[in-house]
Amino acid sequence: MSGENAMTEERAIQAELVGKFPFLDGRMRIARARRMFAEAPAGQAGEVLGHLQERMQFSILCAITGLDLGATLGVIYHLARPSGIVLNLSTALPKEKPVLQSITARFPAAAAYERELADLLGFQVQGLPDGPRYPLPDNWPAGQHPLRKDWTAESLPGAPRKRD
Amino acid sequence: MPNANLQVPIGPQHPALKEPTSFMLTLSGEKIMKAGIRLGYNHRGIEKACEARTYIQDLYLVERICGICSHSHATAFSMAVEECAQLEVPRRASYIRSLVGELERVHSHLLWLGVAGHEVGFDTLLMYTWRDREVVMDLLAMLTGNRVNYGINTIGGVRRDVTSEQKLKILEGVAVLEERTKYYITVATEEVTLARRLSGVGALSHDDAIRLGAVGPTARASDVPRDCRKDDPYAAYTEVPVNVVTDNHNDVYGRTLVRCGELMECYRLIRQLVENLPEGPIAVKAPRKIPAAEAFVRYEAPRGEDVHYVKSNGTEKPERVKVRAPTLANVQAVAHMLKDGYLADLPIVVAAIDPCFSCTDRLIEVEGSARGGIMTWGQLRAYGIEWHRRHGVDFSRLNANFRAGEDR
Repeated sequence: MSGENAMTEERAIQAELVGKFPFLDGRMRIARARRMFAEAPAGQAGEVLGHLQERMQFSILCAITGLDLGATLGVIYHLARPSGIVLNLSTALPKEKPVLQSITARFPAAAAYERELADLLGFQVQGLPDGPRYPLPDNWPAGQHPLRKDWTAESLPGAPRKRD
Repeated sequence: MPNANLQVPIGPQHPALKEPTSFMLTLSGEKIMKAGIRLGYNHRGIEKACEARTYIQDLYLVERICGICSHSHATAFSMAVEECAQLEVPRRASYIRSLVGELERVHSHLLWLGVAGHEVGFDTLLMYTWRDREVVMDLLAMLTGNRVNYGINTIGGVRRDVTSEQKLKILEGVAVLEERTKYYITVATEEVTLARRLSGVGALSHDDAIRLGAVGPTARASDVPRDCRKDDPYAAYTEVPVNVVTDNHNDVYGRTLVRCGELMECYRLIRQLVENLPEGPIAVKAPRKIPAAEAFVRYEAPRGEDVHYVKSNGTEKPERVKVRAPTLANVQAVAHMLKDGYLADLPIVVAAIDPCFSCTDRLIEVEGSARGGIMTWGQLRAYGIEWHRRHGVDFSRLNANFRAGEDR
């Protein structure tokens, strides 16, 4: 399956995307058969994602991963074609202003994934429909984002001190 | 009183499900006008915890994300780490992974069939399927030593081989289960009461299933032929092709037929995997430190697509582990299915996606209670033993045996 000949579809996708979005030149790679990675500059992931869904049959949103990259916060949209090819579209946002546009208009199932980004990493997701938070409890203190690298359970107000 | 719209909260603890989740329903009489779902009650902090543990410790942790599809998470995680480390897993190991995966699917689908029967008042079906499920549980225990958290995987392959006597026992067990499943298919297709109770309930059209991102049997019962084993093959499925079972009833009845059909397909796959099990080693040695890389794995769990993303950073602990279990993908679809349905159908509609909220929520940080504080594992064990002793159950003899086992 991972033979060179089997990867023509992946290469065609890469060529089409780089042709349409020159800023992706040199920022895409094919890791193996059916696994592609692309890195969009901040603020430009949305248009790439729209193009992938509308014109390139990437109709499945598998998940959204948020990452604490140190100086920035990263987000990866894991998109798939029904044929099995996955494109991991990532972008990085400044940590002091991690503002993201919601993609729920395109993928309604993204709501839960985007609420996770907000709760666990502190993303500000604009355009997210009203609804209960997820996954942290309603009384979770504001500004505490457990998946940030500098966060520990001891950061919680009133948390018990760790015993040695 | 006229049928003014009424808001009814159901849950998080409620009789329909064994796991907590909360529904806020807007009712007009018996009819559900709007359904909101609040998740997160099983959030345990597993993704965060993974970052503080080694890859091998994480393997055992992710296996405990779910009590039913534990092998799904462990396999998906192993495959992601192996891809980061560029390890080539031996063919025999891949076959054993798929074999345990299919046995797990049999156990999960039989369990679901029983729960579905129970939710609609057909408890005979629950008793029958759960009795039969013991056959596959025994096979899993024989192969792995465990009924639920199998611990068969390791980074680089599997930990236990399959002997020729075990192969025979698997084939015998599968023959029994196949006969029983044929009977359940007859019940599902010919028993008018069951078909009428499930038909038209929890409707999800083909287009809505795609739009809302439904996965697994939920999607396939709305005629969406998606299955990672076929679309994005992994482990032994690259050599042993899967026939995707679909149905176009678009309701709970369809979801029942899809799962019954998948059981039959599982038996075929199990036979093929057992009969074609390649010779050779069952694992390659994995490095303790995994070079910096990232990998994204899709695994077809019994409930649908389970995805794991692992980013390594050259150390023995991962930089990031992300899990998206199938139930989270199906939640939007459930809210949609409940709308315009009847309140009394809620249990079976929710049960029909075979929800698993432990999988879905994964993470929570324990907030310290007034008495609390953090205990070490040894303190926790001592506390548990003492608590039971005070309540009249003495574990001290068992405890001595346990220690003896630990020393060996």
